[in-house]
Amino acid sequence: MTDLISPSSQLKGRKSAETRFQWYGRGAIFVSLLFLVVMVGSILTKGVGAFGTTNVAIEVDLGPDAIDPANPADARFEKIVKDALKTQFPEAKKRKDRRMIYGLLSNDMGFELERFVEANPEAIGGTATVWFRASDDFDAVAKGAVDRSLPEDERRMSDKEIAWIDQLTEQGAVERTFNWSFFTNGDSREPELAGILSALMGSALTLLVCFCISFPVAILAAIYLEEFAPKNRFSDLIEVNINNLAAVPSIVFGLLGLSMFLNTFGMPRSSPLVGGLVLSLMTLPTIIIAARASLRAVPPSIREAALGMGASPVQATFHHVAPLALPGILTGTIVGMAQALGETAPLLMIGMVAFIVDVPDSILEPATALPVQIFLWADAPERAFVEKTSAAIIVLLLFLVTMNIIAILLRRKFEKRF
Amino acid sequence: MSKTAIITAKDVDVFYGDKQALDKIALDIPEYKVTSLIGPSGCGKSTFLRCINRMNDLVPIARVEGDIRIAGQDIYAPEVDVVALRAQVGMVFQKPNPFPKSIYENVAYGPKIHGLAKGKTEMDELVQWALEKAGLWNEVKDRLDQPGTGLSGGQQQRLCIARTIAVKPKVVLMDEPCSALDPIATAIIEELIDELRQNFTIVIVTHSMQQAARVSQRTAFFHLGTLVETGPTKNIFTSPEDERTQNYITGRIG
Repeated sequence: MTDLISPSSQLKGRKSAETRFQWYGRGAIFVSLLFLVVMVGSILTKGVGAFGTTNVAIEVDLGPDAIDPANPADARFEKIVKDALKTQFPEAKKRKDRRMIYGLLSNDMGFELERFVEANPEAIGGTATVWFRASDDFDAVAKGAVDRSLPEDERRMSDKEIAWIDQLTEQGAVERTFNWSFFTNGDSREPELAGILSALMGSALTLLVCFCISFPVAILAAIYLEEFAPKNRFSDLIEVNINNLAAVPSIVFGLLGLSMFLNTFGMPRSSPLVGGLVLSLMTLPTIIIAARASLRAVPPSIREAALGMGASPVQATFHHVAPLALPGILTGTIVGMAQALGETAPLLMIGMVAFIVDVPDSILEPATALPVQIFLWADAPERAFVEKTSAAIIVLLLFLVTMNIIAILLRRKFEKRF
Repeated sequence: MSKTAIITAKDVDVFYGDKQALDKIALDIPEYKVTSLIGPSGCGKSTFLRCINRMNDLVPIARVEGDIRIAGQDIYAPEVDVVALRAQVGMVFQKPNPFPKSIYENVAYGPKIHGLAKGKTEMDELVQWALEKAGLWNEVKDRLDQPGTGLSGGQQQRLCIARTIAVKPKVVLMDEPCSALDPIATAIIEELIDELRQNFTIVIVTHSMQQAARVSQRTAFFHLGTLVETGPTKNIFTSPEDERTQNYITGRIG
């Protein structure tokens, strides 16, 4: 009698092929996860330093010689701080050394003292201990980013400066705090003062404009093409062109924006309005394609049911078909918006690459965007901008994650079985 | 044309592109009766049904010629509004297709878009009336806010019937309404059809000759795009005049 169910060699080969395929799949997932972990890990370890800042306590003389009690606003605050530094480090006599001790604090020290005096007018007339922001190089030493074993001429801080910093540290005059100003300041030439807020607002405003234009236009276009347009050569041509548009390099849209919106229509340069318009050109085809695919996925029986009830085609579409397609449309929109959020090239063409210190609060003011800010910081010469760059990338990623979470929540809300 | 005919069709030809699907159909459908359209697959019975409420308009390549009148009015006349026509000629499909909304909304949708109920109480009454007529009220009265798609297949089909009659049409078209249902659900729907004929004219397409015999008073037999024979159901099944009808009901073709 022949053996019916014990595996033949052909069956064994098939089985091992299946096992092999599963291992290929697992390997692929492992490799992609590894890349993700390496990328996010390196950004996190590099960027985490930028979320802290070093503060230095200096005793300043606010006596009548320095500040006129009747008119404190006229005082030369920067000189007061410099004098206090000279008192703190009497050994620094030479011009070069003097410059070094001033360089321990941020360039903003005069304004910081002014703010302190405004907040504490009772301190005028005596001496006060004021916390100043340390300079970026001080900050690097304080968090141990400077390798002290290197020869002096190969590192940013000289032995002298390091000795002063150690002296201050021993006195307990150095502390590290969370760098709130990173989220409340605009850009700055000084890394210790540079913040992300102007770029964050710029991105938010640009995306708002982009969404408000591309979402309604794309949905109307998709619904018309899918539900109402006659299927003929002309609508095929439109479809092909929309698909092609999705593949056009983004810098081309930037050039278009430059020549159309800026040069022809004279819209304000570097503004989120123009940025949003350019990005919506880029986002439109993505949303249209996704929306059409999800409209097509709605079972025709729903359409027939509505039309059979005497609903007009518009009613059938908006009461029944579009709500069912909405989750898919939202997913496509979020993909498009995420693309727009990460887009740099077209924004460079319309001048959103500017150095923006002020936080924009309308769509007509000059602004920059997160990816452009990252690009600018990555290019900046100061060492401390390296970690700022990574910190800005973290903010960008968090922005993206927030957008995706909102999309998932919306999709959950609208998802229906059929 | 008999006196009680509500639908009269004359010389109806339907083409899908170059292919002729119906050839010179002439059929009178009497009011407040169940008329069944039977015949083998592809004979054009569903096509004819879909001509009565112009669902064929949705097929871009379909072309309908000839004359179909409902209560004397030509439904293919240019001034006819398809939306108004479909409010008078409702349709129940082969596969139950309730909207992915609540049971209540499913039934209330038609009256809402046609403005048939003023205010919430009137709508509530209309929904209850339709669900009672469809024999579904007792099963769903406690869960009107639950999705219609959560019901069983037979219940879904009765919900679709309730949804259709809530608009109070003159005619209800049914395209093989029981083909996706089990025998028990089928029996319930057949009983329902018998009750509904007091208020509506019903045209039903069916594959099952037994069903046609059970529910309908008149039967029309289609074959290869032509109407072979029509008459009282009893006559068709006991003494068909045409040989093809004879062959079909005895199972020799089909």
